[in-house]
Amino acid sequence: MPPEQQTPQPRPEAAAHRSETAPRWTERLHGLGPVIGLVLLCIAGTLLNGDFATVDNAMNVLTRTAFIGIIAVGMCFVIISGGIDLSVGSMAALIAGSVIMFINWAGPASGSPLLAVVMGAVLAVVLGAVFGLAHGLLITKGRIEPFIVTLGTLGIFRAYLTYFADGGALTLDNELSDLYAPVYYASLAGIPVPVWVFVIVAIVGGLILNRTAYGRYVQAIGSNEQVARYAAVDVDRVKILTYVLLGVCVGIATLLYVPRLGSASPTTGLLWELEAIAAVIVGGTALKGGAGSITGTVVGAVLLSVISNILNLTSIISVYLNAAVQGFVIIIVAFLQRGRR
Amino acid sequence: MGGKGSVAVEFDGIVKAFGPVQVLHGVSFALAPGHVYGLLGENGAGKSTLMKILSGYESATGGALKINGQPRQFASSRDAEALGIVLIHQEFNLAEDLNVAQNIFLGHEKKKGWLLDDAAMERDAASALAAVGLNIDPRTKVRKLIVAEKQLVEIAKSIARRARLLVMDEPTATLTPGETERLFKLIAQLRADGVTIVYISHKLDEVEQVTDEVIVMRDGRFVARAPTADVTRQQMANLMVGRELADLYPPRDAVTTSGEPAMRVQGFSVPGWAQDASFEVRPGEILGFAGLVGAGRTELFEGLLGLRPASGGSVEMLGKPVPHGKGWRNPRDAARHGLTYLSEDRKGKGLHVNFGLRQNLTLMALERYAQPWLKPEAERSALAEAVKDYGIRTGSLDVKASSLSGGNQQKLALAKVLQPRPKVVVLDEPTRGVDVGAKRDIYFLIQRLAREGLAVIVVSSELMELIGLCHRVAVMRAGKLVATLDAEHLTEEELIAHATGTADTTAAA
Repeated sequence: MPPEQQTPQPRPEAAAHRSETAPRWTERLHGLGPVIGLVLLCIAGTLLNGDFATVDNAMNVLTRTAFIGIIAVGMCFVIISGGIDLSVGSMAALIAGSVIMFINWAGPASGSPLLAVVMGAVLAVVLGAVFGLAHGLLITKGRIEPFIVTLGTLGIFRAYLTYFADGGALTLDNELSDLYAPVYYASLAGIPVPVWVFVIVAIVGGLILNRTAYGRYVQAIGSNEQVARYAAVDVDRVKILTYVLLGVCVGIATLLYVPRLGSASPTTGLLWELEAIAAVIVGGTALKGGAGSITGTVVGAVLLSVISNILNLTSIISVYLNAAVQGFVIIIVAFLQRGRR
Repeated sequence: MGGKGSVAVEFDGIVKAFGPVQVLHGVSFALAPGHVYGLLGENGAGKSTLMKILSGYESATGGALKINGQPRQFASSRDAEALGIVLIHQEFNLAEDLNVAQNIFLGHEKKKGWLLDDAAMERDAASALAAVGLNIDPRTKVRKLIVAEKQLVEIAKSIARRARLLVMDEPTATLTPGETERLFKLIAQLRADGVTIVYISHKLDEVEQVTDEVIVMRDGRFVARAPTADVTRQQMANLMVGRELADLYPPRDAVTTSGEPAMRVQGFSVPGWAQDASFEVRPGEILGFAGLVGAGRTELFEGLLGLRPASGGSVEMLGKPVPHGKGWRNPRDAARHGLTYLSEDRKGKGLHVNFGLRQNLTLMALERYAQPWLKPEAERSALAEAVKDYGIRTGSLDVKASSLSGGNQQKLALAKVLQPRPKVVVLDEPTRGVDVGAKRDIYFLIQRLAREGLAVIVVSSELMELIGLCHRVAVMRAGKLVATLDAEHLTEEELIAHATGTADTTAAA
């Protein structure tokens, strides 16, 4: 026998080592995919229309991205943990309507319009958290599929908004609307407020996901829930928190959105769930959970609004097909992701 | 059966490479028809790859595979099956929601015109089931079968397809001794019918019992072959490992029996699985749990950890009662009080195979690395330490757990459940699917942990392992803890007698 005393299995190790370097290289390339896509789109946009590559337009695109982007950051947590939330658009609409009704009532009632607006903003976040908590409890303690729970609330939330608005629109009173407007329209250091908020939410989200025990648990649950459970992870609590986090994100997005039009109608937030989920998936997060990145999600969200911006600026494809283009993008990306694991 | 004659196989310089990695380096040997061959080798020796080439799941990169003297290249397992070569996988390939007959004929359905001929399929399935001695209705859903029955259905499936060469990969991993006996009878019967059998197992006593000849592979090469009667188990093990294998088990330490128990469980029940179980384990003691598959051992501990609803009983940890009696609320609660558990199902419940080694290692003790931000450097140095302490062999620290061999995955899983620094650790089948070398490492590791004062509970279906390793062994049968045997009473016969309920007279302690 050959004298290979200490290392009876050198081969499998060498194999493991070698086969591991290749996927890492391609993984990095996969991570860059959305960025490359975004760069290509921007080049195309610049070539198609001179107005595309202006600071004004860039700020416009980013401001519009902010709502979806903020929601997508929350959605990223839910999807990585292996869940899904289809209700975010309806939830945003109902929160918007509730906040408007509240401010309209609290303004005259409290005598301080500013206080009313501030309390309205807080209410938006609280409502989001409560809705998220309800989702989380139904999904974990009630043991109902997240798809079913949020499909149900998708209908419920929007129906209640329609009911409160009596089929029309809920509109913020003029004086209060003027007071609230800066939250959407003002700029700090030349950058609109919603963009600042988006950046902060993304940074905080990234820190939570990658640098806290909670973030690791979210990934562990999405990768294999049983293993996480056996490894003493409080699976239910972690999952509930992902929905609460998403609800809070929806609340923040909504409180930024309300002053934009100063009203909420049955079409408010329509298809936001499509855009938010698409942003997460385009950003490279696997729909079955386990792994994903906030950076990718942010890039995905920007990429989607760049597409719709280009559609607006040019006339190659009708603006009415915006959602169709997003739909195609999500399917194509899912196709490219296939078999990666 | 019969009909197709016998199958003689010759491997001639078979080479297989996955990308740049070569796993088979020119393997040559021949199999004569009607013999039972034990194919031995450590994990990663290339046994499974070679058998997959034989049965059409992989194709060789080089060399020739000759069946009855003719060179063959199988494009799929169907081609191999057409010649009567069938591989029974370690993990079963049964569609759980279909019934037994539907599974047996899956992909080979009998038809009457356009429609399925269920009657004929059920009839033939029934005769195949009778041949393997499985007495169930062929219309039973596979989901309802226990593991051993699924195993027999797999064999019945190959019989229904008129297999002339059967490859069995670790067929007894999930079987009880009684079921194993039945399988061995079936193997003898198939052999008498002229079927060639390749039997892959880590259990050398079984190989000794059931095979005519052993063939040993190591590092992708053929090493040796010999009639089973001419080699001892020790020689087999030495051939596999490629070095003299010192005694598999560490010398047994004395345990001080006077100390306060680390954990005391009294009258604990898990409805449907375990009734009224009482036992205690001391610091530094290795307590074994023996029993047949389904005796309720795993379920008892899952109940203690709050993974299953438990009823009644009381649990004390280091003299202090657990707050609400019926075990812990969840594994987190248990870990906080000093009890951790390593599942028998490594891939499904033990490790995140898609995660890195570092993330796996620290998952149960993340609080220590997060204040509040995680410190990857601290995690990395913990991993480096664990790799050294537990002898985890890996090329790099930054790989995924899936790239480790089974034995090294198991060592990582072991390191993981010890991260929270428990007082009592439950290891459920700690050496399942692990090669001899790694087994020995794990045994010595367990002993070291006990020496350091940890109370270790080992649940195992391998009696030799319990006898070689444990200070005391508790035996469960049908949900009841029927006996606890101490070192003097630890024999294979005694354990089997209690586990099967054939000896109720000598219940010790």
